[in-house]
Order: sequence, then C-alpha cells, then structure tokens
Amino acid sequence: MKLTEEQQRLLDGSRGEVMAKIVKTLVMYGDAFGAERMVPVTSKYGHTVISFGLGVMDPVYDLYDEILSANLLSEQKFTADPRPLDPKVPSSPLDDLVFKKFMYSRQERYEEQLKKLGITKDEDYTCACYLDQVGNIPQRGDVLSWAESSAVVYANSVLGARCNRNSGILEMMGSIAGFVPEFGLLTDEGRKADWIVEVKCTKKPEAQLLGSAIGMKVMEEVPYVKGMEQWLGTELDDNAKAYLKDFGAATASNGAVGLYHIEGLTPEAKDLGESLIRENAQVYVIDDAELERVYRNYPVIWKNPDAKPQLAFIGCPHLTLQQLTDWSRAVLKGLEQNGRKKVAVPTVFTAPVPVIEEFNQSIYAWPLKKAGVVVSYICPLMYMNNPLCKSKAVLTSSNKLRTYTSAKYCTDAEILDIITGGAK
Amino acid sequence: MKTFQGRVIVPGTASAEALVSHGGFNTLASYQMALQFGDLKALGKDTEVQCGDQNNPEIYKKPMMGKALCLPQTIGSTTGGMVLFTVCALGKQPACMLFSKPIDSLAASGAILGDVWTDAVMPVVDSLGSEFLEYVQSGMTVTVKDNGIVEVT
Repeated sequence: MKLTEEQQRLLDGSRGEVMAKIVKTLVMYGDAFGAERMVPVTSKYGHTVISFGLGVMDPVYDLYDEILSANLLSEQKFTADPRPLDPKVPSSPLDDLVFKKFMYSRQERYEEQLKKLGITKDEDYTCACYLDQVGNIPQRGDVLSWAESSAVVYANSVLGARCNRNSGILEMMGSIAGFVPEFGLLTDEGRKADWIVEVKCTKKPEAQLLGSAIGMKVMEEVPYVKGMEQWLGTELDDNAKAYLKDFGAATASNGAVGLYHIEGLTPEAKDLGESLIRENAQVYVIDDAELERVYRNYPVIWKNPDAKPQLAFIGCPHLTLQQLTDWSRAVLKGLEQNGRKKVAVPTVFTAPVPVIEEFNQSIYAWPLKKAGVVVSYICPLMYMNNPLCKSKAVLTSSNKLRTYTSAKYCTDAEILDIITGGAK
Repeated sequence: MKTFQGRVIVPGTASAEALVSHGGFNTLASYQMALQFGDLKALGKDTEVQCGDQNNPEIYKKPMMGKALCLPQTIGSTTGGMVLFTVCALGKQPACMLFSKPIDSLAASGAILGDVWTDAVMPVVDSLGSEFLEYVQSGMTVTVKDNGIVEVT
C-alpha cells in the first residue's frame, strides 16, 4: 500500500506508539484486500457497533483505555448501537441480577469511554442511526468508517454511501485516524453485482424472509434484485426505506451482504441499471415456495417448541416512526377485534430514543401503553444474549434476532395474531 | 496427505485437529455463549469453547479452542472482528484459521487486531481453494507452515 508522507510518519510513530499501532492495523487490513491507498473518511459522523459493557469484553475496554491514555479521540463524532438494558423491559429479579451484576457490569465504564471518544449525544444509541430523527445520514458517495451490519448495508444500498463491513474496534480506529483503506465496497468495481435475484412471488414477500433467503444464497456478494417494483415502487419513500432496512438486516445476518441493488429503486441501480451487473452473474429465482422452504428450515430451539410464548420483540433493527405507528394501529385494532384490552403476550417494540419521543406525542402512545406494550430503546439481541433467555419462549418478527438468539421467528401477521390473542 | 497453498494473512505455524464448517462461520453466534458463560461452573464450565451457532449444525456444540478452524468465510454481525480479538486476548482462540475463499473483512479485522494488539498466536491463511474444504474433514490433522502451505492428513 502506498501511504502519504503524513500517514507514513504516523506509522513510524510521529504521534506515539498507540497511533502507530492503529495505523499498522489499518494498513494490514488494507493489505489483506489489496488496497493501494488510504482514503479520507468524509461522512460527518461515524457509527460504532459496540454499545455494550460486557464483563467478558474487558480486553476491548482495556484497548480503548490505551487509546484514551494516548490522548487519541475520534476525528468525527459518532452514534452507537442500542443499549443492552432498559428497566422498562419485562425482566425477573434473576434477570436483573444477571444483567447488571454479571453480564453488563462494564456498561458505565464503557459509556464513559464513548463520551470521551466522541459520541454525539447520550440518546444516540440505536442501530438505525440513519433515521431522520437521529440524523446520522451520510450523503451519497461519502466514505464511512462504520460498523453495524444492518446500518452498513443500509448506508451503502439505500443512501449510496461507501463503507466496508468493518468490524467493531476497526471502525473506531478509522474514525480516529481519519482515513480507511480503499478496497471492496469503497470502489466502483467492488459495488458491481455478482448475482441477479429474480423475485417471482405472488404477493409482497416478507422483508425479513426475502433478505434471509438472499443472504444465505449470496453470502458476502452483491445481489441485484429484480421484480420488487410492484411492491416497493420506484421512489425511496418511508415505506420502501423501512422495508429495505429490515430486508438488508436479514441479508447481513444470514449472509454477509454489505450492499444490494434494487432495480429501479436504490440510487445506483436507478442511475446505472444493469450495467452494475457483472458478466456471468449467477441467477437466483425466489418464488413463494422458496420463501416457504427458507421459513420452514429455521430451527426452533425453544426447550419446549410448543411452549406458551412469554415475550415478543418487534424492532430489530429499531423501528421507524411509521413502523411504530403502523404496529400500534394494528395491535389496537387486533385487540378490539378479539375483544381484549391487553396483549396476550408481553410485547416490546424497540425504536431509537428520538423516535420514541416523537411517538409519545401521538394519539397511539397512551392506548398502546394501556394495552401492555412497552416501547423501548433496548437492543433486543443484547437482552436475549444470556442463558436465562434460552429457557424463555420469546417470539420475534426479526430474522436477525432469530439468527443470533433462541427467539422464534414469526411473520408479521403471525406475531400480530399471537400478541392480540387471535391465534388458536 | 494432501497439500494446499494459500495466502498468508497472519504468519505463523500450527498443527491441530481440524474443525470444518462448510457453511459461513458466524463469529458472533458461534462464540457469544461460550465467551460470556463458558467460565460459569453453575452452567457446566465450558473449557473447550463450544460453538453456539444453532444455524450451523455441522459444528454446533463442538469445541473450537485449539482447533484448526477450516471455513469458507465468516458471516454475520460486524461485532465479529471484536469477538475474534477478544477470543485472542483471552487465549481462547483456535490454533489457526484456514479459509478456502479470500478472507472477509470481519475475519481479517479480528485476526489482525489479535495479531497487533494481543500476544495470541493464531496463524491465518486464506484462498486455499474449494478443493481444500472438499478434502478436509473434522478430526483430520492440519499443519500450517509459515509460507501459507497447509498439509492435511
């Protein structure tokens, strides 16, 4: 890799040993992918995937202490993934003991580190940092040093920014150095599609299932998806963006997709069309039967597969304001139809703090609360990430949550039916 | 015995029993339970670092520590590199990681962070080719040399 004189000086230790190690890490990272140079990070804000102070992750916080001791701060302010704890979310005394005293015992230590390193605001803990209410919205063509698989794939695909699937820690190092190695999704060539996905379903596919199917098939490669115009249209309105948020998260958790193109909709597909598709791209046809096959193959790892559900999580990634409103309407209507005042299963909707604050001004906030639904800023994945949850029958409409935890996946319609007491 | 030539990402030598994942290796899903609760006697202490990824039945619940982890690439959450770094810092890493495909960005991050910022030794070789994963089976002995040559017996 060819470094500028300044970058070489940093590597040689002009700003101390820790900065030299940061640059060495970035250089080795670039070398692994044939990067020829570093490029400046141009986005206004960064985003870090590490939002949790896990006791077992002490090596990470020790490393950040090392960085802070060397007086190295992020060159840009940044947002962070959702917090792992929220007292509003139902939990037993044993849960609380495990969460606070054991699992997330380093939360305060880590949040202090993030303040020093440069987090934007105390409420900016969300995986959906790109929502209007949060405001970390990169411009098309911006080079990012972000991590969080669902945010990276959204920024690349829906916003047209440029970011590799960086790991936690690496993203912070890029923000501190102010430059990242140029390879992969930062290059025009790396953004070309390796796959053509032809969607031939008879009804609008569940975003989570479609993304899951594509992720499992294309793994880390770039898909060019055809056949979605009838459901998503040709403009990136709120509905289309919310769908793509959930779709992308599933491609990135069941595979390693960092960028997808949707024909006639996402910015690069609109401008460049099929010229984005590589020669000899493979073809994957998805129809109703294929989606059903994917769904039926999800393992159910509840101790008792027929157990009565104890908790339902909706919103991984965090919900948009429109989604939160739509879910609220649907739940309240479902309860009314089923002659119920409260949800049949304790239910948690998750969203960014600024979205919750705006939602709380709406006419749905109070009825939803009365119906027993909690609206929280928590990361459900972090909540579920403990052995106590293994014995809990938790439902979710998130494929990402299903992938990483023992939560059982249901389609939106199925989970709505269950939580409103309509399911047999 | 069969020999494969790959590209060195993190140099080093190792010889260990193979643990093979033909599907993408989900780093977070594989390590999260063992890392967080593996040391708890009450839960049945897991000194072997068992794989916790229920979506990867080939290696689910199999010990990973000290094995020659053979895989196409890693998949899943972008905490993956941080998880690998932590695994290395805690001395719970595989003996080596051997990729049939070019390494992915998360695995590379973790391997490099482990190399630069910890004392762990975990040689990493990529681009060993699809034939490597077709040939190697869990339980075989794998030897990695400094120059990226991998011997499977």
